[in-house]
Amino acid sequence: MENWSLFSLCVLLGLTSRWAVSFHSYSGAGKPPMFGDYEAQRHWQEVTYNLPVHEWYFNTTNNDLNYWGLDYPPLTAYHSLVCAYVAKLLNPEWVELHASRGYESHSHKLFMRATVLFTDILIYIPAVLLYCFYFCDGSSKQKVATALCILLYPGLILIDYGHFQYNSVSLGLALWGILGLGLGWDLFGSLAFTLALNYKQMELYHSLPFFCYLLGKCIKQGLTGRGFFQLAKISLTVLVTFALCWMPFLSDPKQPLQVLHRLFPFGRGLFEDKVANTWCSLNVLIKIKTLLSRETQLFLSFALTLLFILPSSLKLLSKPNLWQFKLALVNSSLAFFLFSFQVHEKSILLAALLMFFLFVFFHSMLPLLVKDGLLLPYVVTSLAFLFLSLYLLSHLTRTNEPLFWYFPFHFWFSLVAMAVLSFTSVWLEPPAKFPDLFPVLVSILSFLHFLGFIIYFNLVQLMEPQRKKSQKKTN
Amino acid sequence: TVMAAPVTNDQSWFFALALGVSFLKCLLINAYHSTDFEVHRNWLALTHSLPAAQWYYEATSEWTLDYPPLFAWFEYGLSHIARFFDKEMLVVQNLNYASPATILFQRLSVIVADVVFFYAVKECCKCLREDKGKDLLGKPSFILTVLLLWNFGLLIVDHIHFQYNGFLFGVLLLSIARHFQNRHFEGALLFSILLNLKHIYLYIAPAYGIYLLRCFCFTQSNADGSLQWRSFSVVRLVTLGTIVLSTFSVSFGPFIGQLPQVLSRLFPFKRGLCHAYWAPNIWALYNIADKNHLIVCSYYERVKFKLLDINKLPKASMTGGLVQEFQHSVLPSVSPLATLICTVLSILPALFRIWHRPNGARGFLRCLVICALGSFMFGWHVHEKAILMAILPLSLLAVESREDARIFLILSITGHYSLFPLLFTTQELPIKIFLMLLFTIFSLTSLKTLFRKGGALLNPLEATYLLGLIPLELICEFVYPLTVWQKTFPFLPLMLTSVYCALGVTYAFIRLYISLLTCSDSTKKIKTQ
Repeated sequence: MENWSLFSLCVLLGLTSRWAVSFHSYSGAGKPPMFGDYEAQRHWQEVTYNLPVHEWYFNTTNNDLNYWGLDYPPLTAYHSLVCAYVAKLLNPEWVELHASRGYESHSHKLFMRATVLFTDILIYIPAVLLYCFYFCDGSSKQKVATALCILLYPGLILIDYGHFQYNSVSLGLALWGILGLGLGWDLFGSLAFTLALNYKQMELYHSLPFFCYLLGKCIKQGLTGRGFFQLAKISLTVLVTFALCWMPFLSDPKQPLQVLHRLFPFGRGLFEDKVANTWCSLNVLIKIKTLLSRETQLFLSFALTLLFILPSSLKLLSKPNLWQFKLALVNSSLAFFLFSFQVHEKSILLAALLMFFLFVFFHSMLPLLVKDGLLLPYVVTSLAFLFLSLYLLSHLTRTNEPLFWYFPFHFWFSLVAMAVLSFTSVWLEPPAKFPDLFPVLVSILSFLHFLGFIIYFNLVQLMEPQRKKSQKKTN
Repeated sequence: TVMAAPVTNDQSWFFALALGVSFLKCLLINAYHSTDFEVHRNWLALTHSLPAAQWYYEATSEWTLDYPPLFAWFEYGLSHIARFFDKEMLVVQNLNYASPATILFQRLSVIVADVVFFYAVKECCKCLREDKGKDLLGKPSFILTVLLLWNFGLLIVDHIHFQYNGFLFGVLLLSIARHFQNRHFEGALLFSILLNLKHIYLYIAPAYGIYLLRCFCFTQSNADGSLQWRSFSVVRLVTLGTIVLSTFSVSFGPFIGQLPQVLSRLFPFKRGLCHAYWAPNIWALYNIADKNHLIVCSYYERVKFKLLDINKLPKASMTGGLVQEFQHSVLPSVSPLATLICTVLSILPALFRIWHRPNGARGFLRCLVICALGSFMFGWHVHEKAILMAILPLSLLAVESREDARIFLILSITGHYSLFPLLFTTQELPIKIFLMLLFTIFSLTSLKTLFRKGGALLNPLEATYLLGLIPLELICEFVYPLTVWQKTFPFLPLMLTSVYCALGVTYAFIRLYISLLTCSDSTKKIKTQ
C-alpha cells in the first residue's frame, strides 16, 4: 500500500481517538465557582474580545485577575481573540462580558472541542507527519508506525481533548522549530520556536537546547565571518518575532512588565503542579515547604534545574549536531519534568525506553485525569498505546525472542507497579490519616522513573556510545 | 473442495487488529445512542422480571419484543450480568432509564458479544483460496480481516446507534465459513440458530435452501455440472430437516401456545412502505417518480419530529414504526404483497442459476448476497441498516475476484454513506466522517493494490459517481442547513441522499447479477462437491 494512504490512515485513527475522547468530561465540568481549565480558556475569549489590549493583563473592574487571569504569553491571547470572534458568530452568549461566567452547554462544548481539533490539524499533525517522514530512519513501515505511535500518544490526547488545553499548538510549533533546524532552515526553525515560546512560556524548557545548538553551529562556522553573519540573522529573526508578538504591549513600559509578572508568578512560589513531582516526593521525607523559606525554595529549585541541564547544554554547544540536539531536548525537558517527545529509532532500545518514558509520564497524570472524570479514556488510551507500541516495536525489530525477554525485568516491574497503582487509586479508599496517599504515590513513582531517565539520558549524550556509520548524517 | 489458506506462523496481527478495534469501540461508549438502546434495556428488563409466558404480551413500553425467542433468551442471560451493574435498569417501569452504569453495561455487552464475530472472521480467512502477498498489508486474509473487523457500517450501527449486529453477523459468517469448509450440518445448524435470533435473515433463507438441496442433498453432479437425479440422498435431507426443526422447536417450543401472538409481534405489517428514513432502494426511486410525493409527503411528517425533540424520534430500528399509508398519486400504490412478489421475482433468476449450474460455495455466497440485496431493493419497510447483510458477505468475494472487488467498492461506499442520516447529531459528525474516510481509503487502496494487474479497478463513471458523494455530503450537512429551505423542506437532504445512493445500490445489484449469470462456466477448475 502506498505511503500516502498509510499515513492518512494513521492521521484518521489519531483524529478519531481525539474526537472520541472529547465526548467525555472536561476540567471543572459542573464545578462552580471556579470550574477549571476549560472555563479559563472560555474566560480568556471573553476578556480578549470585550476589553482593549492594554487591559488584558491588568486587574481592572472589568478584568478580575483572580478569576482565571491571563497567564500565558500574547500569542495565546490572540488565539483566544480569534476563537472569540467565531464564538460571537455562533452564539454571543458564550463571550458576554461577565454574564458568560461559568457558561456550560453541549453546543459550547462542541465549539471549544472543535477549536482544539482545528489547531491540531493545522499545526501539530502536519509537523508530526513531516517529522516522521524526513527524520525517522528505517523503512517506510517504521516511519508509519512511528507516526501512528506519536499520534496516538495518550498524554497529549487526554490533556488537550479531555482536560482541555491547547498544548498541540505550542508543541506543534516547537516541533516545526525542530524540523526547521533539522532541515537546515535555521531561520525558519528559530521563527517557529519563538512563536512556540510566545504561545506558552513552558517552552522555555526547550529553549536552552535550541540556543546552544544554534550558537554552537555558528561558532563552528567561525565567529568572524559566516558564523557571525548567521548568528546575526538568527538573532534578528528572534527579536523581530518577539517584537511583532509583543507590539501592542510595547507602547507603555508598564505593559511588558505586567505581562511578565503574570507569566512568571514568582510571588506564588515555583511549586506549580508540573514541578510537584520532585518536591512532592521529597516533601514526604522532609517537609521542605515549611522548612525552607520561599526564596530558598526558589533558589534551590533553580539551582538544581540549572545543574541538571548544564552538562547536556555544554555538550551540545561543543558538538552541535542533530543527534546531540535531540538528546539535549530530552534532557533539558526532563530536567524540567516535562515530556519532550522524540522517537529515536537509531537504537531500538532507546526507542523502547522512550515509549516507556512517555508512558510513565502519562501515568503520572492519573490523579488529574481522575479528578476530571476521564478515567475511562485514560484506561482505554493507555492500554491501546502500550499495546500498540509494544506490538509495533516487537515486530519492527525483527527479533526472534518473545517480547517478554526483550525488555529488562524492571520494565515489566514498573508496568505492573503502575497498573496496580492505577487500580488502587480508583477502586480503593485511602486511609483516613493519609487522604492524598495515592496521588502522592503516583508522583513518587514517576519521580523515581524520571530521575533514572535523566541520569541515563545524560550519560548517553555525554558519553556517546558507538553509533553505526551508516546512520545519521551529522549536521 | 476448497483449499485452506496456508497457515502463517504469525497470527498476532489478527489479534492486534481485533484488540485495536475493541479499544476504539470502548472510546465510543459515551457517544450518542439511539432509541434502540432503550429497546434493548426494555428487553433486558422484561425478560428478567417476567415469566417467559408473558414476554410476548408485555406492552408497558412501546418497544415490544419483536425478535424471535432465542434472542429473548440471550437478553435473559445478559440480564443476569446486568444485575451487577445497575439493578434499576431491570425494572420494566423505568422507561428510558440510562444511568452511566447502564450505558457501560450495554455497550460492553455489544463489545464482548463481538467475540463471536472475531471468531467467524478468523474462520472466513481460512476459507480464502490463496493467501499469498508480498507483505502483510497485501495479503488477502489481512485485507479481509480489516474490511470485516473495521467495517464502518458495523461500527456505527452497533457501537454508536446501538445494536447487536456484530454478534449476529458473526453467526452468519461462521455458517458461511462452515459451508465453505464442507461442514454443512454445522452450517445449517448455525443458520437455523440465526433465524431464531433475528428473523430478518429469512431474506437469505432461499439461498440456503436451494444450495443445500442442490449441492448437499444431491451428492454428485454430472461432469458438465448438471444435476444427477439419482444421487439424491434422503438421509442428508432428513438430517438437515431434523436439525432445522429441532432448532425451531427448542426456540419456539415454550411459546407454542401463543404462536399467533408471537408471529404478530415478529411480523407487524401495519407499517408503511418506506421506513422513516428512506432506504436507498427501488421504492425511494419510485416515490421520487411519483410527483405527489415531492409535495404531500408524509415523509415530512415523520422528519418533523426530528426538529422538535430528540426523544420523540421516529423509531430507527426494526421494531416499532408509525402507521403510514402511502398513497401514491400518479403511479399505482404499492402493497406489501406487491413488494413480496417483486422481491421473489428479483431473486428467482439467481436461485435458478445455482440450481442449474451451482458454483460450489462461492456460487452460494454470490446468490446469498443477491438475495440480501434483492430483498433490500424491493422489500416492504426496509431499513437501510439491512444493506450490511449484503456488504459483509460480499467482502469475502471481494478479496478474491476483481469484478467482485469493484462491485464491493461501489456497494460498500454508497451503502455506508446511506447510513449517515442515522447519526444526525453534530457531535458524531466528525466521527462518522473520519471513520468513513478510514474505511473507504483502506478498501480502495488495498483492493487496488491487490488487483493492480489489469488496469484501474473503477472506471471513470463509477469513480465520478463515488466522488460525487463528497459534494453531496457538503450540501446536505453543511450548506443546506444554512439555507432558507431548511425550515420548509427539512426532508430534502435525506431524500437526496436516499435517491443518490439508490442509484449506486441498483447499479451494484445489476452488476452482481450479471457476474453471477455469466461467470460460472469459467470455474471448471473448482470442483463442485
